[in-house]
This record gives sequence, structure tokens and C-alpha cells, in this order.
Amino acid sequence: MRDAAEASATGALPPLVDIRNLSIGFGGPPIVQGVDLVVRAGECVALVGESGSGKSLTARSLLNLAGAGATVEAHRFHLQGRDAKAFGAADWRRLRGTVTGLVMQDALVSLDPLRTIGQEVAEVLSEHRLLAGRKAIGARVLDVLARVGIPDPEHRARQYAHQLSGGLRQRALIASAIAGEPDLIIADEPTTSLDVTVQAQVLQVLAGRVRAGAGLLLISHDLAVVAGIADWVLVMRHGRVVDSGPTAEVLTRPRHPYTKGLIAAIPSSASRGRRLTGAAQAIRGDGGNPASAPSQDIVLEVRGIAKHYAGAAGYGRPAFATKALDDVSFVVKAGEVVGLVGESGSGKSTCAKIILGLLAPDHGDVRLLGQPWSGIPETQRRGLRPRLQYVPQDALSSFDPRYRVSDIIGENLAGHARADRAARVVELLEQVGLAADIAARNPSSLSGGQRQRVSIARALAAEPALIVCDEPVSALDIGIQAQVLDLLADLRARLGTALLFISHDLGVIQHLADRVLVFHHGKLVEQGPLGEILTHPTDAYTRALLASQPRLELGQAFA
Amino acid sequence: MTASARIAPPSGLLHEPGAPARAGHDPAGVALNRHRAYPLPALGSALFLAALFAVAAAPGLFTAHDPLVGDVLEGLKAPDWAHPFGTDRLGRDVLARTLYGARYSLLIGLGGMTVSVLAGVFLGILAGQRNRFLDEVTSRLFDVLSSFPGVLLAMLVVTFLGQGMLNIALAVGIAGIPKFGRIVRAQTQLVRDADYVTQAAIYGLGRRQIFLRHVLPNVLVAVPVIATVYIGSTILTVSGLSFLGLGPQPPIPEWGVMLAESRDVLRVAWWPAVFPGAAITLTVIAFSTVGVFLQKRFEGRIA
Repeated sequence: MRDAAEASATGALPPLVDIRNLSIGFGGPPIVQGVDLVVRAGECVALVGESGSGKSLTARSLLNLAGAGATVEAHRFHLQGRDAKAFGAADWRRLRGTVTGLVMQDALVSLDPLRTIGQEVAEVLSEHRLLAGRKAIGARVLDVLARVGIPDPEHRARQYAHQLSGGLRQRALIASAIAGEPDLIIADEPTTSLDVTVQAQVLQVLAGRVRAGAGLLLISHDLAVVAGIADWVLVMRHGRVVDSGPTAEVLTRPRHPYTKGLIAAIPSSASRGRRLTGAAQAIRGDGGNPASAPSQDIVLEVRGIAKHYAGAAGYGRPAFATKALDDVSFVVKAGEVVGLVGESGSGKSTCAKIILGLLAPDHGDVRLLGQPWSGIPETQRRGLRPRLQYVPQDALSSFDPRYRVSDIIGENLAGHARADRAARVVELLEQVGLAADIAARNPSSLSGGQRQRVSIARALAAEPALIVCDEPVSALDIGIQAQVLDLLADLRARLGTALLFISHDLGVIQHLADRVLVFHHGKLVEQGPLGEILTHPTDAYTRALLASQPRLELGQAFA
Repeated sequence: MTASARIAPPSGLLHEPGAPARAGHDPAGVALNRHRAYPLPALGSALFLAALFAVAAAPGLFTAHDPLVGDVLEGLKAPDWAHPFGTDRLGRDVLARTLYGARYSLLIGLGGMTVSVLAGVFLGILAGQRNRFLDEVTSRLFDVLSSFPGVLLAMLVVTFLGQGMLNIALAVGIAGIPKFGRIVRAQTQLVRDADYVTQAAIYGLGRRQIFLRHVLPNVLVAVPVIATVYIGSTILTVSGLSFLGLGPQPPIPEWGVMLAESRDVLRVAWWPAVFPGAAITLTVIAFSTVGVFLQKRFEGRIA
């Protein structure tokens, strides 16, 4: 399968991982089938695929962690040149931590809450008797923490996982994975929950280990992340490898239609005005140019809003005041898509809550359709409520668990007579590309994409002038994300509803937005038309954000 | 993605997937779980409870003997064909008394639970509102009530109100209020902050509408399940109080009363004590088993 790599290795060292025809099952039909996987020292191999494609399972089988009741079969299962099929429990234990290190997605649940990160890293060293003596271990712990880019390691080593930010926590987890200087690192979506700027740092740490001679098996759903770091890509679908080859080749000349679809589905500035799903077809609507002429009518006006959170002093903690939002002003015009970007904690959600009238600002005010919106009693807001709707990130939790789809959408049809509602629900379902029979279903039996469509249909039911979309696609697989983004672009072209689109993903914003607002530490650091922000960012943070965005074009490599 | 959890067929990338994981279309892994959905203990317990309710409704259908009248000359006979559970000191058939006793134990247990549920749900919802004062007052009330051992509190109530079936149900019910109240309070807080309640506010629904349409029903779904688990221990408390002489009085064949009556003859005859005791034990176990089963079954649906 890998003739080129085979030749280049010239047989000096056996590959770290050499697996042929791997299949994994849980009693029924195999979940993973016919997978060939070779990872060599100093090389990064990426497993790409959507959730359920079997990529994590494949990676876990390398540590014999496929799960209880799993049957793992392979024609050849060699780790470091040794036949792992003959391994006993003790062999596997020795392998984990010394030969291989595992980095998982959620560092908070992967790190022991009762131990400091220093202890966590030290455990790998003492458990496998890599180093003897408390002093030597302590020194190595600090060294490793510094190497993964944790500032002030002496101080941080004494902290617990919950005291660290997401980025630091993930780096601590990587530190514990690489402390034993393993030859092979397995990273399962190591950056998925992180902000882009932190993601770039974490990828750099991993790339550094590869340069130092370790092998890296990177699992990701994000082709753009993979593009910057991997030497070899395997695209998995339904438990099989559908495409594989050197990264540049797979990404620029994908052979399999599935890979082509995956690549086309990535939203970016290049994909504007084009459908992400299917052929290079323009967005339905007038003339296929969704960016055309938003009118000058102002739908939403935000003037100098600020919000502070104050906390009283507690045990070992001084009183504090956090500026969640500081003097933010912007407008949204009718039919316009305004993208709101920022990292977690930048004040995006606070801003959304104030706009939705769920939170009162400390200063400033919000006007909706020219009428006062913030600072008035809820009863006076109610008449305008239908004009401003909301599409949350997690659609399922925003549905009453007792409700069927028709109840969910029907509840927002307050203006309609009861008899007309059923017909209107079907109409709305059609508008978001769902069949009428979905109406009778319970949302928990729907797929993630379908749920998000129902959520959009519910928002449309009120015939709003503005929909606030809070990370509506960030929990979806890339293919489903593409469909939902296409749907939003379609609806916007057809109905002229303005969107305030909140996202941490610059690619999504670039694909959809006319104007961009960049939030950082509660401040609106930059706003302007998309093109301007992309080409001439004036703010340092915007520049950093643009620079850390992973791109499919191999311009930005971490090596 | 977790390795083992995603067994359902992965959705297609560029085609809107059909509904995943519907019963019947699932691969083996999910189908297996469906088979395990009705475990034997829960099924057995449910059958036992069904039989118990039937006996309580019409005990006369299951025995020809009178639970209150016996032949003293036939007293303390060991179990045989005529009297499968034997007879007590006064010659009454223990089987008949046990069967007729089901009625009292169930009635008092259900009555007590009803008091706990009604008061607990009301106070719990009150405490779960966004009102610090109401929360403090009701929560401290729960603290006070639960700082007494249940039996002691019930004894206190009976002492004030006097003996009798209604009073003992009330006593047990009051003792059970904090248990329900706290669960309902937590549930209310959970539902109150749920995304779908926020969403309802965005629709423009009024506070009362939101409460009646979204909060209350989603708080109440949890109640029957908790009540089922709890009724077993209520019955146990009732029997305990009856044993102490605070509940129904002899010759009423309440199980706790039967245990008390059999205490004096325990040295010579085990059967007047063992059979009502076994009835209590089995009933408590059956209610708990069914309740825990329901709890697992509705996990995730609640809140």
C-alpha cells in the first residue's frame, strides 16, 4: 500500500506502527474494516473522518483500549517491529506511556481532578520507572511543562486541572503524554475544543515532537488542521479507509468523491456565494449573489453596552469584577449577515444575551427596529419578541423534551389560528428542507443536522427581522455543517432575514458574513466589511486570529 | 466520538441522513440493549405488585378463612394444608390475615406518599423559584423536618393527632416531605435554567405561560418515578409504627400489628411472625425494584 514510504525507509528501522487489514467489531458486523496503517518515526499520519467513521476506535486499538467486548483482528499488528497480537496485559501497560502517549479531546475529564498537573506528569515518569529520585522527576516535570509552552511551570505544576484555562489544560495533557518521551503520540482531536489561537500553539507543540523524531497519529474531523501538520492522510468513512496518500496529494487531488465532498464542504472566503454541498452551484435566490445590497434600514442598534460581573470575596479568593462586555456599539441592517467572531470568554455570549433581552446591560442601550428594547419591562418587549429570534448551538436542549417537532414549531406560531398551524408547520419544514412526516417525530430521534433545521424552522415561524445564531454549526460534522450553512444562505437570499452569526470559526464567518465584528476580552476591537478585515486588519488581535486560522492551502505549516 | 458509543450507522456526508438509530433498524449492538430492557427482577416485581393490588382489592377471593375470627383451640398450629401459613395464638389463619393485611399496608403507604408528594411538590417548586427568601424558608423547613428521624417525627405527629389509620398516613407523609421537596427543588432549578425555558422567553411567552407549559410538566415527569421508589420505605415506616402500637389497633390484620402480636409467641411459633414479615420485605423490595427500573428507563428524559 505504501510503496514510496517503504522505499524511503530503506529498512533501517521497522515502522512504529505497521498494521494490515485491521478490523474491529463488537459482536455484530465490524465497525472498522480492512484498515491498513503505517506510522514511522518523525512522521505525522492523520486519520480524518466524521463522527462514527471509526477513526478513534482505530487509534485506540493501538493501545489495546478499543473497549470492553471489542474484537480486534488484523493480518499484521506490529508495534515497533514486535508482534502485538502476542502481547499480554503487562506488555500493553509498558507500551502505554513509554512507547506511546495518548492525548484526548477533553483535558478536563482526562486529568485527575484530585491531582496537580505536576503530579499528573510525574506519575508517567515514576510509574514506568523512567527516572528515579524525587528531584530528578521534579526537574523533568518542569522541563516538560515548559516544553509544551506552559508559562511559569513552577507555579502551574502545583495547580489542578480546573484552575487552568482550556488551552493550558490541553497542553498539560500533552505534557503528560510526552513526558516519557514516547516514540509514538496518539492525539485524538487534541484541539477540537480550543480557540484557534490556542489550537495553533498546541499543534506547534505536537509538530515539535515530530521534528524531534516521534511518530504522531493525529485524529481529526478537520481537514484544515491536518493540512498544516500531517505528512500522510487517511480518510475514513463507515469504518473503512476511502482515500489515503501524502497530505498534499490527497488535499489537492482527491481521488475519492467523498474526499472531494469533504474538501468542498469546508467554508472559507473562497467558498462565498457557492453551495458547500454538491457541485459548484450558486446559492438559490436572486441572481446567485447573496451579498447583494442589504438595505439601509437598521434592524438592530447596539449603543455602548457594557456588562460587569462582580463576585464577592470567597475562601482564598479576593473580590473581583470582570468586564464581560465593555462599550460595544454596532448596527445590523435589514437583510445583512453580520459575523461575530471571538474566542471563548470574549463576551460573545454576553452580547447575544443582552441583544436577546435575557440580560440587562449595565450601560448603554439596544434598539430593535427603531424602538427601545433594553431597559424596558419584559411585558413591553413581548410585542416585538417575534421579530427577533434565536438559533442556539445545542438545538436538542432548546426543545421541551415532551414536545414533538410540530409542537416545537407550532408554539412559535402565536399569530396563527390553531387550525392553520399544522399546514404552516409543514410549510416551514419544507422551507428548511425537511419532509412533512418529521412533524410527528420526537426531536431526540432526529440527527444533529435535522435538529438544527427544526431549530431554524422554529425561528422562521415567527417571521423575524433578525435571527441571532449562536454557534449554530459548531457541534456538527463538516458535511452536516455545510448543509446547514447552505440552508442559512438560501433562506437569507430568499427571505431577506438579517442574521447575527456568532462563531469562533473564522472560516464559517468568511463564508457567510457581509460584515464582521471581532470581539476580544469583552471589547469590540474591530468591525467592518468582511473583505476589508481580511485584507487589512488593523487590530493586532485580528491579525493573530487570521494568522492562526488553519487553512487547507499548505501555506501554513507548523513544522 | 467515543469508541463504543457510536454504533449507529454513521450518517452520509453529503446527503441528509435519515433518522439514525430508530428501533428495528439498528445494528446488533442497539438491538441487544432492547432485549435487556425488561430484566427479570423488574418483571417479577411488577407481577408481584399486580398480585398484591389484586389481593388488597378483593382478599376474600384468595382465602376462605376469616381474618378476624379464629378457633382458640386451633391456636398456634404449624403450617399445614388447612392453614398454609399456620394459625396465630387466637387460632386465626395467618394466610388470611396476611392477605387482608395487604389492604391496610398499601392504603396507608399510598396515603402517606400522597401527602409527601403533594406537599413536597408544592414546597419544592416554591423553593426552586428565583426567590432567595422563599428558597431559604422552605429549605430550612426541609432541614428541620429531616433532622428528626422519620419514625420519631411520625410518633410526634401521632402523639398530637392521636392514633388511627388516617393520622398515621399523615404522620408518615409529613416525615417524607423533605425527601420529595428537595428532589423537586433541584429539578425545578434544573428546568428553570434549561435552554427550552430560555427559548420560550424568546417566543414572547409570559412567565405564567412558561411555568405552566414548560416548567411544571417537566418537573412533574420525575415525580411518579421517585414516588414508586419511595413508597416501599413508607410502607416499612408504617409497619414500624404499627408494630409500636401507634397505628391501626388489633385485631386489624395490619402487617406491623401482626408482627407485634406474634412477638410473645416467637419462642414456640415462628410462622405468625415470618409470613407478615416476609410480606413487608417482598413489598418493599418489589416497589424499590420497579422504581429503580423506571428511574433507569426514564433517565435522560427527565430534565
